[in-house]
Amino acid sequence: MAIEQVTRNGAVDPSGYGGQPVIDVRNLTKHFPVGGFVSKQVVHALEDVSFSMPRGEVVALVGESGSGKSTTARLLARLIPPTSGEIVYEGKDILKSEPRHASLDYRSDVQMVFQDPFGSLNPVHPVRYHLERPLKIHKKTRGRGQTRDRIHELLDIVGLTPPAEVAAKYPYQLSGGQRQRVAFARALAVEPRVMLADEPVSMLDVSIRIGILNLIERLKEDHGISFLYITHDIASARYIADQTNVMYAGRMVEGAESTELIDEPAHPYTKLLLSAVPNPHAGLRTEEAPSRGEIPSLIDPPPGCPFEPRCPYAMDVCKQEMPGISSLNRRHWVRCHLYPAGEAAAGMSGKLTNVSVQVNVRN
Amino acid sequence: MAVANTIPAERVAQNKRSGSLITLDDLKVEYLSPRGPVRAVDGVTFDINPGEVVGLAGESGSGKSTIAMAILRILQPPAVITGGQVLFGGRDILAMSDSELEDFRWREVSMVFQSAMNALNPVMTIGDQIVDAIRAHSRTSKSDARQRAADLLDVVGIEKARIDSYPHELSGGMRQRAVIAIALTLNPPLMIMDEPTTALDVVVQKEIMYQISELKEKLGFSILFITHDLSLLVEISDRIAIMYAGQIVEMAPARELFEHPLHPYTQGLMQSFPSLTGDKKRLTGIPGSPPDLISPPSGCRFHPRCPKRFEMCDKVVPKLAEVSPGHLVACHLYPEVRAESQNHGD
Repeated sequence: MAIEQVTRNGAVDPSGYGGQPVIDVRNLTKHFPVGGFVSKQVVHALEDVSFSMPRGEVVALVGESGSGKSTTARLLARLIPPTSGEIVYEGKDILKSEPRHASLDYRSDVQMVFQDPFGSLNPVHPVRYHLERPLKIHKKTRGRGQTRDRIHELLDIVGLTPPAEVAAKYPYQLSGGQRQRVAFARALAVEPRVMLADEPVSMLDVSIRIGILNLIERLKEDHGISFLYITHDIASARYIADQTNVMYAGRMVEGAESTELIDEPAHPYTKLLLSAVPNPHAGLRTEEAPSRGEIPSLIDPPPGCPFEPRCPYAMDVCKQEMPGISSLNRRHWVRCHLYPAGEAAAGMSGKLTNVSVQVNVRN
Repeated sequence: MAVANTIPAERVAQNKRSGSLITLDDLKVEYLSPRGPVRAVDGVTFDINPGEVVGLAGESGSGKSTIAMAILRILQPPAVITGGQVLFGGRDILAMSDSELEDFRWREVSMVFQSAMNALNPVMTIGDQIVDAIRAHSRTSKSDARQRAADLLDVVGIEKARIDSYPHELSGGMRQRAVIAIALTLNPPLMIMDEPTTALDVVVQKEIMYQISELKEKLGFSILFITHDLSLLVEISDRIAIMYAGQIVEMAPARELFEHPLHPYTQGLMQSFPSLTGDKKRLTGIPGSPPDLISPPSGCRFHPRCPKRFEMCDKVVPKLAEVSPGHLVACHLYPEVRAESQNHGD
């Protein structure tokens, strides 16, 4: 399947995801200029990223800060334009088909929920106002009565009850979790097909995070909304995401069905990431010293695999070129020179799992 | 109101005899607000033994950082310490004069704050900042201090050559290492670490945690480790105290707490973290949100969110009581707690 994701000529085999994906991202690249006015330096925030969002599923993007997860979400929300690449929504490249109404349709069909529920609501307006605006702008309701009923319905869906009471409250009267629910209700108001949730729980207290994750699950099940869930917490991706894609230094390096990714990771970086998650069962002291190193500079990155400097399996070829996609099975793919390119790698998932990632003990 | 939530006095006395490094006894801190005092820390009692790592877990607003700042006496108005004692080597920190405090801070207890980016001075090299810390607390020549700074950087895993780097030239992980080096300058017997890795990525977090536990083994200091991340805490701590709404609701050896959580709040927390292994089961989290500490709920502060509450929960304040060796809990589900709470009355 992964192979098809990158072919540009539309030969997408739908069988892998059971139907046409709602969004297909192809070779998406984003460079940000840095330095002064005359500087020619660019940050390669996102480099050649391709993936699909199957209809009615949750796709997680996991990775460290600076890996390009949020840039991907912001590109998909069309908050920023890409440097190159395609975003195919319902079969159409939205970056090319540019009549204004098409763009408006996309912006209402694809909604974003941000990380900070304290910053994303206007403090001088009550909850009602935040939900009224999208309903009016996108002409979803007619007349006051209908608008009010719809607002109450939306609040009910996201679990804010009693709705009439909550609608009259101001953001400061709500807890972080409640505010994030308002943000979800606001996004829901325009009846989106896709929601982009960028770290929606990382600023919330631990005891209420699960409630928001369960809400995402419910919106997927009951309303058929497809989600892009961005997180640095791979365990939460396992909890709600059908598919998990791993990002590193602006590249997407591996993707698989979530439980398979965690049980049989193929990319050395994915293994490193998984080994770093605190594990109360194993304890810290029994572990070997962890690998050292950080994401390389994204300004003028070398041509090879960005993980090469830290990779215990690094070979000469890794310095020279970025590996292509190896397809391990229908939904599991990896970009790593350890695996033969294309379909030849089929069945190799998890093959390296018995070789634990070697770690460099510091002296 | 009687002293809520205390460990029996004889137990504290016993700990003192067995030479605990620091003992918090019924500590109370309030933040004064126009709506009335916010009881951020309300009767907290525990101790830390030499070489021990005690973890303090709880949600934001539960009072964990306030405890850290009270121990170092760096609370600023409107925060006021309204009661209790913090005994360190037989002396009450809360009764120390300013000059005594100057001697005490950093020499006896140092602290690593959450955000490494903000803890360092952006216009000074990290070497100069360590030299500053050394010379502020001891009579050391500049060159000796610089030598020691280089050694400290080496100890925390930064190349000595980076001594003349400015903070912006270092990654987040290295800045946090530099902050740890500054906390180590005087080799204090107790280090307080308040969410030292929260702003870092997991891989870097793992490196830092490993470094901390290695240093601890080598240098033998105790740690009060504060975080909301229970999994991390179970990895590093010997004992863990769970805080809710300004009070300790459960305290036990780390593994015991992880395997047999007794308080419904602790059990709820355990139900709040998705796991990387095992069956994918539906988690429930904890309904509701933490209370307003200006007018906390009567009786047990957790009762409005508790799935197991019964009649006495909103009437009688549960006291911490030992229900198995070393395992203390403040919940009326346990007969030891009921006995303890009713004996003392309210």
